[in-house]
Amino acid sequence: MKGVGTLASLNMTPELLKEMYYTMALSRALDDRMWILNRQGRAPVVYSANGHEAVQVGAAMALNRGEDWIVPYYRDLAMVLAYGMTPREVMLHLLGRADDPNSGGRQMPAHWGLKRRHILTTGSVVATQDVHAAGLALASKVLKDGRVSMASFGEGSTSQGEFHEALNFAAVHKLPVIFLNENNGYAISVPARKQMAIMDVAARAQGYGMPGVIVDGNDPVKVYEVTREAADRARRGEGPTLIEAKTYRFVPHSSDDDDRAYRSREEVAEWKKRDPVITFEKRLLDEKVMTEEELKAFQQRIKDEVNDATEYAEKAPLPDPATLWQHVYAD
Amino acid sequence: MAVMSYLEAIRETLRQEMRHDERIIIYGEDVGVRGGVFRVTEGLQKEFGEDRVIDSPLAEAAIVGTAIGAAVNGLRPVPEIQFADFIFPAINQIVQEAARIRYRSNGAFGVPLVIRAPFGGGVHGALYHSQSVEAFFAHVPGLKVVIPSTPYDAKGLLAAAIQDEDPVLYFEHKAAYRSIKGEVPDERYLIPIGKADLKRTGKDVSIITYGLMVNYALKAAETLEKEGISVEILDLRSIRPLDVEMILETAKRTGKVLIVHEDNLTGGIGGEVSALIAEHALFHLDAPIMRLAGPDVPAMPYSPPLEHAFMVTSDKITEAARKLAKF
Amino acid sequence: MAQREPVSGLPVDREKLKTMYYYMVLSRRLDERMWILNRQGKAPFVISCQGQEGAQAGVVMALDSQVDWIAPYYRDLAVVLAFGMTPREVMLGFLGKADDPSSGGRQMPAHYGHRARRIFTGSSPVATQVTQAAGLAWAFKLRHEAAVAVAFLGEGSTNQGEFHEALNFAAVQRVPLIVVVENNGYAISVPQNHQMAIHNVADRAAGYGIVGVVVQGSDPLAVYEAAHAARERALAGGGPTLIEAKTYRYTAHSSDDDDRSYRSREELLREKADDPVVVFRESLMRLNVWDERQEERLQQEVRAVVDDATEYALNAAMPDPSTLMDHVYEKD
Repeated sequence: MKGVGTLASLNMTPELLKEMYYTMALSRALDDRMWILNRQGRAPVVYSANGHEAVQVGAAMALNRGEDWIVPYYRDLAMVLAYGMTPREVMLHLLGRADDPNSGGRQMPAHWGLKRRHILTTGSVVATQDVHAAGLALASKVLKDGRVSMASFGEGSTSQGEFHEALNFAAVHKLPVIFLNENNGYAISVPARKQMAIMDVAARAQGYGMPGVIVDGNDPVKVYEVTREAADRARRGEGPTLIEAKTYRFVPHSSDDDDRAYRSREEVAEWKKRDPVITFEKRLLDEKVMTEEELKAFQQRIKDEVNDATEYAEKAPLPDPATLWQHVYAD
Repeated sequence: MAVMSYLEAIRETLRQEMRHDERIIIYGEDVGVRGGVFRVTEGLQKEFGEDRVIDSPLAEAAIVGTAIGAAVNGLRPVPEIQFADFIFPAINQIVQEAARIRYRSNGAFGVPLVIRAPFGGGVHGALYHSQSVEAFFAHVPGLKVVIPSTPYDAKGLLAAAIQDEDPVLYFEHKAAYRSIKGEVPDERYLIPIGKADLKRTGKDVSIITYGLMVNYALKAAETLEKEGISVEILDLRSIRPLDVEMILETAKRTGKVLIVHEDNLTGGIGGEVSALIAEHALFHLDAPIMRLAGPDVPAMPYSPPLEHAFMVTSDKITEAARKLAKF
Repeated sequence: MAQREPVSGLPVDREKLKTMYYYMVLSRRLDERMWILNRQGKAPFVISCQGQEGAQAGVVMALDSQVDWIAPYYRDLAVVLAFGMTPREVMLGFLGKADDPSSGGRQMPAHYGHRARRIFTGSSPVATQVTQAAGLAWAFKLRHEAAVAVAFLGEGSTNQGEFHEALNFAAVQRVPLIVVVENNGYAISVPQNHQMAIHNVADRAAGYGIVGVVVQGSDPLAVYEAAHAARERALAGGGPTLIEAKTYRYTAHSSDDDDRSYRSREELLREKADDPVVVFRESLMRLNVWDERQEERLQQEVRAVVDDATEYALNAAMPDPSTLMDHVYEKD
């Protein structure tokens, strides 16, 4: 029965909803495996998407994947998976292998970039990607190629000058760009209240003359809807949108961090009750979008994919030291 | 072939290249309606429209950062930083991003971008409108840095920079804008980045320099010729990459090398050039390498006596070269 | 005999009103003299405060020059005069003389700085002074001193990342900072609508969780009230305030600029009808604080001060070239 608030009432096919779930669960499983590899001493560092899967997948799937540009940040594993990076490619990157399509083993893990899927390469200095997304969108406006660009970033990076410059520039020129803030409440250890004197990052939008939207980042469908709307606005020539998705990271900042120093176990447990992978799984089952059998098949496929990716990447060759000198300039 | 100023050569090259390649856009502070504070981009917005010649907000990191994104997405941005002195808020985008993007993506992404910036002193610009900033960027692999000395070179190097697949910093000396004139062919041509130019042959002293200083050195060479001192002048044109071959050739030919730049002495290009000569041509030298450069003070002062004390001039070059010749 | 009377809803000392007006007139005349010297070839460069005197004097009258710090920008002639820099000192800086207290002739004109008068030295890249002023204010907070720091800037500078970083920092730390945006509608040639997609810079305050106020720059009393309230708030621990004074510059950006290429003469004339010096004089006369006789005396006095400063500075010594190498580090 179609009704308000049910998945069936949405303008989304069951296939899309299931793909959303599959990508979120795949990201979580891949993420968990990375931590295992790290604890086993097989991967030096992990940055996690754990807890952010709903916002990442919801937003990515609202775009023309592989055509629109995304400029992700280090937490966006689920986003790049949704955008077409394969688990094998992710693992090649984690383990710094020669065939890592993100960087040929040059960058730290989670520094995404995949040209064939229009994922722009990213550095470690936060907020640099905001201006890049504005620039991609500037080109789209000039070239009239119909593309939208989306930068994603944590709330900590909104304190950077480049966040401000990017939003202002995009607003002045009405660029087709979406600024997606994945607000998990912490910049490593610094809580949002010490980061900014406001409750909502979205409140900054009015200072640039663009809409600012707050959305539940643990609900992939809501994120999908607001991102879709922002993309439509952008394509209509109405300019940028700032989306703030409220979410939480379930793990420390990285495998080198210990979050017990700065947040209570109770707080983490409270958020875990709203684990986006679990709640979305339940919702799909409850509303009969997905059957138990389909779920089991998904779980098996995910397990296989993660095993395959791990095995594949571990066997893949490391970069040849001679490549150190390559790609300093175009030759 | 027409005689034009250094500034006009840059403007006409921008115009010619923009007519030829629709992907080229210009943006920066005051480049549109105002045509730039030095009028370099005058008339370009009128011809190419507001979509291709864009007045940006006052935010250098955004100017360069958005240029990076636009370059990746199929444009050829030629942003202007109003004064080289104002480039520092954008250092993060230039050094950490533009220079490293090709390398960090293992060749997947390139940033074909030309950042133009007027630099240099002697124009009452004081500390923040007189700086030479080339050495900061010449230190960075992944960037290219060019500094033309003549209208002819200004055209060929700018066209080459625009066609280059990598980020190029193109520095224009403010004092050269209107004072340096020369013949510039009408047709399009390129001067390869990384190629120095032997401006004059001589047998007693080699002066290795670039930019406005080339013109000052030429004047010094004329004075010295009357005294019987024969001076050779090598215009580097490109600061990164350096034309090592020509640097070594001139050093070997005369055995006496004077390196001149307006940028501060310590850590300047002169240090790199002299290290190359010391490594590869030491036994061809008849005198220690000499450097004449801006003094090691943070930047150029305003008041005329102080500005003059800072500036490298034709007279100072003459004096240094004379001393070296007599060694 | 009423010593104080309600003006604009606030008790303002009559003498303070006169002082405010004095500095507005003084800076206008000094500024005009600078242009003459430039056109005579005696000074290479002028950058002007004309049109913005009301906003500038209004803010400074609400400050305490004995304890507060200011970080002005290049258009703030009336600010530094009202805060205690003398016309002679201004002219020494303008002509690049050895005794220029701002920089000993090193910086371009209008790059004010005066340690003894608590005016922090400024540079040319815009918005750097806002983070620095936040730091000055932070020190007041940490040392529990009852004082504020004030940063001045144009609206173009609010697009710089450092503006954002400064306001965010100041808001989180609740430092006693006042940020005064003198919005004259143009960043050199770029009109406001090409710089930002909003009408009021003050709207940005909400994005930092601080108070943002818009005032008319030609109404120095309104500016004074806003600055006074901001200072009180800061001293009470209420954190920073963003004040946007709507104003207009009557001259080109500088003596090297020609503003005819980007704004019409009609627009300029229209704006000049709201000249803060004239408007304020008229309202002082209406309030019976001022009359024609006083005006005449003031103009004479100011002319003498400007003449003296000019003559003094023209005759002052240039810096010795040997000082070029001084002050790179504390000890050489």
